[in-house]
Amino acid sequence: MKSDRFENPIIQYTKWQLSWLVLLRITIGWHFLYEGIAKLSNPDWSAIGFLLDSKGFLSGFFYGLANNSGILNVVDFLNIWGLILIGAGLILGSFTRISAIAGMVLLAFYYLSHPPFVGLTFAVPGEGSYLIVNKNLIEFFALAILVVFPTGHIIGLDRFVQGLKPVNKQYRTR
Amino acid sequence: MSEENKDKEKTPENIPEKHHGPIRRRDVLKGLATVPVLGAFAYSLYRKRRYDRLLKNTILDELDLSSESPVIEPVKSDGKRIRLGLIGYGIRGKQLAGAAGFLHPAIIDEYKADALENQANKRYQEFLEQEDLNIEISGVCDIFDTYGEMAREAAANINRTGSDGKLGRLPKRYRTYKELIEADDIDAVIIASPDHWHAQMTIDAANAGKHVYCEKPLTKTVDETIRVLEAVKKNNIVFQLGHQGRQTESYIKAKEAIRKNVLGKITLIEVTTNRNDPNGAWVYPIHPDANMQTIDWEQFIGPAPRHEFSLERFFRWRCWWDYSTGLSGDLLTHEYDAMNQIIDLGIPNSAVSSGGIYYFKDGRTVPDVLHTVFEFPEKDLTMIYSATLASNRSRGKVIMGHDASMEVGNELSILVDRESTRYKDKLEKKIIDPTLPLYSYIPGRKNVDAITSATEQYFAGRGLMYTYRMGRRVDTTHLHIKEWLEAIRTGGQTSCNIDQGFEEAITAHMGTKAYLENRKVFWDPEKRKIV
Repeated sequence: MKSDRFENPIIQYTKWQLSWLVLLRITIGWHFLYEGIAKLSNPDWSAIGFLLDSKGFLSGFFYGLANNSGILNVVDFLNIWGLILIGAGLILGSFTRISAIAGMVLLAFYYLSHPPFVGLTFAVPGEGSYLIVNKNLIEFFALAILVVFPTGHIIGLDRFVQGLKPVNKQYRTR
Repeated sequence: MSEENKDKEKTPENIPEKHHGPIRRRDVLKGLATVPVLGAFAYSLYRKRRYDRLLKNTILDELDLSSESPVIEPVKSDGKRIRLGLIGYGIRGKQLAGAAGFLHPAIIDEYKADALENQANKRYQEFLEQEDLNIEISGVCDIFDTYGEMAREAAANINRTGSDGKLGRLPKRYRTYKELIEADDIDAVIIASPDHWHAQMTIDAANAGKHVYCEKPLTKTVDETIRVLEAVKKNNIVFQLGHQGRQTESYIKAKEAIRKNVLGKITLIEVTTNRNDPNGAWVYPIHPDANMQTIDWEQFIGPAPRHEFSLERFFRWRCWWDYSTGLSGDLLTHEYDAMNQIIDLGIPNSAVSSGGIYYFKDGRTVPDVLHTVFEFPEKDLTMIYSATLASNRSRGKVIMGHDASMEVGNELSILVDRESTRYKDKLEKKIIDPTLPLYSYIPGRKNVDAITSATEQYFAGRGLMYTYRMGRRVDTTHLHIKEWLEAIRTGGQTSCNIDQGFEEAITAHMGTKAYLENRKVFWDPEKRKIV
């Protein structure tokens, strides 16, 4: 069984497709970067409140992270710098794919610790109305789109890395 | 040609080029195309920071409030070891012993099980981390045998272990509090008896030269209050009344804000009690071992009117005026003492009360709904106390001034009044938003922040944040006992000393008298009488 994409070795975008994908990448990057910097500049910030408010089937895991101050410090550090690096990576289009995947990992943690499932309520009520799907989940899928429709090699620093390679193996779909 | 192919043809430059040659100008431009976004980000961040800082500095300068939180001084290790006697090992007695560092092994077992079941439950860890106060409990007294023996085991649990651990030396259990007070190996006593015994026990302890930590309320009558005051002063003992709220950080900050006149002229204070469960309404469980053989009923009655043996009266004594001071003595006193600490209220000029037994019609004589209005004409203000034991709807402690109002709980939050005179200018310039707290104080935070996000407020309000962050949460009762012990060692003052206690007791008795006699009552400071 052959699908179209197997015949097409390289993803090609129209101008509009490229523009919207890059804009999506920049806005998600901006969001991550500011979340990271806001936490970095607040000396009192810690993930502990959020972790201790975890609900759902993974809540035990998140409590565990919160209850060990050594682990908590690592979680806080990774969270802050993860958000900043992912944000900068997405905006600049450098290590774009790794940044997008790392962003998905963080979002998966946020989503799973506070899943908007039936019957779960949280200390901080959502600013909108959510049932199973919330903004974390949508941002997660948006990043997934950016992983499979990469743009960093076209508009972004990855282009330079790209330019030195003989062939775009990475973007050959196989 | 399909639409798709047409598009592709139009934009061949989108296809990543395969080449080995030098990077071309077009590549550089495209590679760096999004870098200016970072510049825009940095500029926006700078603008936002500058705006936030301006707001915060303007507000903090205006308020002139310090940003430090109270420091907990360590126990002076070279200080004298103090030998305590514990009178009463009921619900509060157990808590006080724990706050002093002595929990019964069975309670520790329970704490451990809770911690295993729920990792967020830190009670056990907090107890282990609670500072050693350099004391020992060398005597205990409870007139119910089971509690008396438990008190001995708690006192001997010097290693803070569960029932699998090893106890230290069991202290002596005294049959009467008088024998305990007279013992030579006791320097100070903690009194956690029913209200009707507070005064006599404190007077006897003071006369025996023992320092006293007594649970609130200080007394049951005005006459007792005067006698306790005199006994404590005459014998020059260190006295602490059990209003552990004195140690609450937010109250200390609230006092500072009031002193700096942040609220403007204060005319109304509203304090409340909101409970809605049998325990909160004093319907405590009756211990299965309790009977006429295991309880010294005569000693329980003491100064109260004679009554036949009753397990309800013994365990739920707060429900009867014979032993209790009702809502006024049990719960209003906490609220009043908080306000007396924050605003230096002193004794009110008058009081009126109303209420009734509306929900717990279980034979009790004290009301379960009570409202008392106290007037302080010299201070131009009124304090309203409103209590119900049959609804949990949360109503905080609110202090209302012309320029701003303040709500005090574990946190502190100040809201500017939109018609304020003092902040008029800043309100007009939109530097101050009357719908958002001008200032909030969350204990344990490193920084006092004039602008706190709603999220942080929410977490802190539920005790989830900051207090844990700083390593541990500290029990205010522990700090209150510690302050008393330090005062004994150094000859210093306690925060809820006998003068504060005198004001607390008289205020409570005015509320009760107004209720019982259904009239407005006045305090006559000359004659020291409620008229």
